[in-house]
Parts: sequence; structure tokens; C-alpha cells
Amino acid sequence: MADPILSVRGLKTQFFGPEGVVRAVDGVDFDVFEGRTLGVVGESGCGKSVTARSVLGIVDRPGKVVGGSMKLRRANGEVVDLGTLTNEQMRKYRGPEIALVFQEPMASFSQHYTIGNQIGEGIKLHMGLDDRAAKKRAIELLDMVGVPQPARRVDDYPFQLSGGLRQRVMIAMALSCDPRVLIADEPTTALDVTTQAQILDLLRTLQKDRGLAIILITHDMGVIAEMAHDVSVMYLGRAVETGSVKEIFETPKHPYTRALLRSIPTVLAKPRTRLPTIAGSIPHPFDRPKGCSYHPRCAEIIGAVCEKAEPPAVDTDDGRQVRCFLHGGMEEAKASLAGASA
Amino acid sequence: MIAFMTRRLLLGVMTIWLISILSFIIIQLPPGDFVDAYIAQLSSSGSQVSAAEAENLRQLYGLGEPFYVQYGKWLARIVTGDFGESMEWRRPVTEVIGDRIWLTLLLSFAALLVTWGLALPIGIFSAVRQYSFADYAFTLVGFIGIAVPNFLLALVIMYFAFVWFGASVGGLFSAEMALAPWSAAKVWDLIKHLPLPALILALGGTAQLIRIMRANLLDELRRPYVVTARAKGLSESRAIIKYPVRAALNPFASNIAYLFPYLVSGSIIVSIVLGLPTVGPLLVKALVAQDMFLAGTIVLLLGVMTVVGTFISDLVLMWVDPRIRHQMD
Repeated sequence: MADPILSVRGLKTQFFGPEGVVRAVDGVDFDVFEGRTLGVVGESGCGKSVTARSVLGIVDRPGKVVGGSMKLRRANGEVVDLGTLTNEQMRKYRGPEIALVFQEPMASFSQHYTIGNQIGEGIKLHMGLDDRAAKKRAIELLDMVGVPQPARRVDDYPFQLSGGLRQRVMIAMALSCDPRVLIADEPTTALDVTTQAQILDLLRTLQKDRGLAIILITHDMGVIAEMAHDVSVMYLGRAVETGSVKEIFETPKHPYTRALLRSIPTVLAKPRTRLPTIAGSIPHPFDRPKGCSYHPRCAEIIGAVCEKAEPPAVDTDDGRQVRCFLHGGMEEAKASLAGASA
Repeated sequence: MIAFMTRRLLLGVMTIWLISILSFIIIQLPPGDFVDAYIAQLSSSGSQVSAAEAENLRQLYGLGEPFYVQYGKWLARIVTGDFGESMEWRRPVTEVIGDRIWLTLLLSFAALLVTWGLALPIGIFSAVRQYSFADYAFTLVGFIGIAVPNFLLALVIMYFAFVWFGASVGGLFSAEMALAPWSAAKVWDLIKHLPLPALILALGGTAQLIRIMRANLLDELRRPYVVTARAKGLSESRAIIKYPVRAALNPFASNIAYLFPYLVSGSIIVSIVLGLPTVGPLLVKALVAQDMFLAGTIVLLLGVMTVVGTFISDLVLMWVDPRIRHQMD
């Protein structure tokens, strides 16, 4: 496989509140390749969205990227670590290199400007086009994402569009400056199932046509199965298992991944049987468990070790990465625990 | 949209009509009829009114006839610009009010500009730099501004202006200009006298509007569309001014409607302290003296101005917020 467009290693983003530090993202690694989709999946609050914002350098205060590298390979082959850029330098990457599609298209548009104005804004800023050329391009983009009567719609306000159309417009806006990486943060959560399928189709078509690298953030395993080539399962700010979509769905290795997959309802299930759930609930961010952060909810906990030591990321034989003592790291952990208590 | 505006206009006319009934009731409230009071007034100052004269007046105002006939006669005269006679001043009401109405409007407008000019930048700054030293400082000053009655502020400023600069602050004209006919020099004199009263009148409202702007903008700053703007690569200042500030502007527009009545009825004491030739002090005097045609006329004018102000503020709101504009269709 070719070199990744975006390679993130050990990303750490923390929020410094008055009550203490929240480690929202705590050592995330992933690679994104041209023309491929990386699915990032996990429960609410596991750090998916913060990861996306960290890459663009738009984490809200009091949050801050405190560690790790985010290497972006530009079209000319130059490799830039986004973490080292100042906000002012980073601005020219937002849009032309990496663009974001948001969860709630209604709230993510301003209701005070026409969609043409909001799409054209980035175009004027990054491509240096004038008002007329920017509007022309906005119409072309609307046409490309399948908005009917784009020349008329371009002067509409977001509240005049349906939810599905708004999300198409959002995608048009994200693609306005020809980005190479598209981060889609729960792009279909607010939509009904039919519209959801149409939007996912659109993303797939655009990826095929333009070789887009897509990071798809979702909590919906169905969307992942349909869209992703690679999957990263996140829990409490960490990627607990990363691998190809086929492997993860067929032979999940991490107990958390297995539990997640078990709790998907299926049409084949016997009526009136209870859907398996994951025991317990997500710990409070200030009260992160010691050791493996999943151990209080884990069905396969190895006493004494999981409660005390953090499992390292282990590369398995089939090219996957798993953070779990069931799959390695046990000897080292035992040794260091013994050393610490001696 | 045009249908909506027509509807609004019709409603406004209806409201004004209701206000006119109210004004007329106020005129009718004192015991005895107006001519009795008029005669009593005149005789207390030594003049006599003959029975024939009194009868003429009764005819003119339709006294003794049913309420609606009297109201009709009154309204018919108002439409022709005759608001009746002020008993206190013995002159037509229009003459007594005269320039005061325009000066009040001018002062309202100046105070509005000062309010906006101060509240907008300070509100934005306080929200964007929430909990900074300057934010706390503005908050403190703002609360003092809300808490201190502005006539007190007016006294304090007058005192210091006199002690430090030997300037007498008060009125809208210098002594030699006050009674002079309108001329370029008088206009210039007015412009020179305008800022201080405008500032004093504006301060209370400014402090409030800063709080509203800050709270609104803090809400808006957390909205996802701000993240969208940043994700497009906009600079921070442009992202904030174009999107959340624009969304937080609505209270500025609705402010227009309240300012005029506030200035007349809410700031009477300031006007008296500063000797401002506005309608406010005149209304107080008219009420004390039971000068009912004058009082009724001022109440009617206030009502009309409020209705007009609300209409203007609606138009501005429609211009500022496309959602309101499109709800109309």
C-alpha cells in the first residue's frame, strides 16, 4: 500500500477545566490512505469528535493538543506535522487540505447567510476567486452533490432546505476547495435511513471520483460495515483495536469490540430475547479507571493485571493493532508490576 | 412579505386608534367638564368669561353630548392638526409642544447611537474574552451603570464639569441661543450640547445591552456553525464577527422600539435635572396642573411614536434576520 496521506501517532488532547484535566484523546494512532475510508467508531464521549478537531487544530478552549504527531503528506510530497503549525499557518490547510463535514447540518450552518455565501466563502479565501466566480463554482458544487436546481438553490438560506439537502450542501461546502482528506463527523446521524443511504452513496461516489481519503466518525456499526475499509474502535480516548473492516467484523479481538458487535440488533434474533448490552456505563472523565480503562466493564478481565497495568498497543500477526493483555504485553506488564512492588 | 407589512401597518393604525380613545378618556377624567375648569382657571387669574363665551366653548367641544360624539369632535379636530388649548399656557397645545417633540426625537436618536456604539464593541469583547480582567471590569462598571439612577449620574457629571472645566452642563442650548430663532449657529450650538445628555441618557440602557450582548454572544459562540467557520480556514476575528455576532444582533434592533417611550417617561428626572427641553418634564407639569388637553396630546404622541418605533424595529429585525423575513411568506 502507498504511504498514508495522514498519519497520526500518539495524539493527545486534553481539556484543562477548573475541576481538573480531562484526557479526551489519550494516545490515538491511525493512518488514512488515498481513496480509502477509515471508520472511527465508539460510544459518545470516547473522543471521536475531539480527534477530528485536533487534526484541524480547532479544539475549543480550554482544550489543547498536548502531544503526538499528525503528519500530512501534501500533494507535492512535502510532509508537514500539523501539530507544529501555528493557528495562522494552519488556516491554509483547513479547507484545501482537510475539510470537515458535521453531524448536524442545521446547526452547522449559519441561518443568517445564503448557502451560496457560505460555500463561496472558503473558495474566495483559498482560491482567490471573486464573488461571481465563487458563486459559479458554488453552483457547480451543488450540482455535483445532487442538489436539484442548483442555480436557484444557491440563494436559499439553510432553513429553507430539507435535512438531506442540507447535508448535501454541507458536503459541497467541505469539498469547495478540493481537499484531499475529508473528515465526516457523524454525517448521517441526524437523517432518516433513506436519506442516510443517499448521503453515504454520495460520499462513496465522490471518493471514487476524486480519490478522497475519508475519516468517517460514527457510533453506528452498520455505517462502518457499509462504508469503511479500515476501522479504529475507540474507548475513552484510545484506539483499542484497529484493523481492516473484514477482520474486525469477522474476528474481533478486543473484548470491547466483541461486546459492541454483540449488541447490534439483528433480524435473525429470536423474538423477545434481550439484546446483549455492555455491563456498566462509561466512567466519568475525571474518574478514569486505573490500568486498562475498560477493565471495570470487561467480561474477560484478567485479575491483578488489567486493574493495574495499561495494555500497550500490540501488532498482531494479521496486521492489526490491539490494546489488550489477551493479545500480548502480559509478560512485560507483570515484570514491571513486580518490579514496582519489590 | 408585503402582505405582512400591510397587516402590521393596519394593526399599527388600530393600536393608534385605541390609544386615541385612551388619551381622550384621560382628558375627560377630571371632575366637571373642561370648560368649568377653564373658567375656574381664568377667574383665578382675574379674567372673566361671559356665559355666551362659555356656551360657545361647550358647543365647540360638544360638551353635554354623549361620550362618542365628544370623542368624534375631538378626533376630527386632531386630524386637522388642532390638539386643543393648553389651560396652563393659554396657548394651542401644538405651540406648547413645538420644538420639544423634535428635540426629544433627536435626543433619543443620539442616545440610541451612543448605546449601540458602546454596547456593541464592549459586549463582543466581554464575550470573546470571557472571565478576563477586562471582562470583569466592564461587568462591574456595567452593574454600576444599571444600579445608579441616571439622574444621580447626571448630577455628578454636572458637578465635575462645573468644578473642573467651569462648564455649565444643562439644556441643549447655551443661554443666548435658547430663545434665538433657528440658524446654522443654533444648530451647531445644539450639536455641541448634545453628546453629554445623550451619554447620560444612554448609560443605563448601554449597561443592559452590554449584558444582553455578552450573554447572547456567549450562547452563539458555542454553536457548531462557529466551528464550521473555523474549519473553513477563516481568521478568528472574521469567523466571530461574520457569524455569531450577526446572530446576536437582534436585541439591538428590538431596542429601537423601547428607547423613545423610555426617554420620555423613564428619564423625566434626568431631563429636569439637566434642563433638557424634552417632552418629559412638560408631561409632568401638565399632569400636575390637570392641563388635560396637553397631557392627552402628549400621551397620544407617545403612543404614536411607540407604534412607529416598533414598526421600524420590526423592519430592522427583518433586515437583520432572514429567518424572520422568510417566515412571512
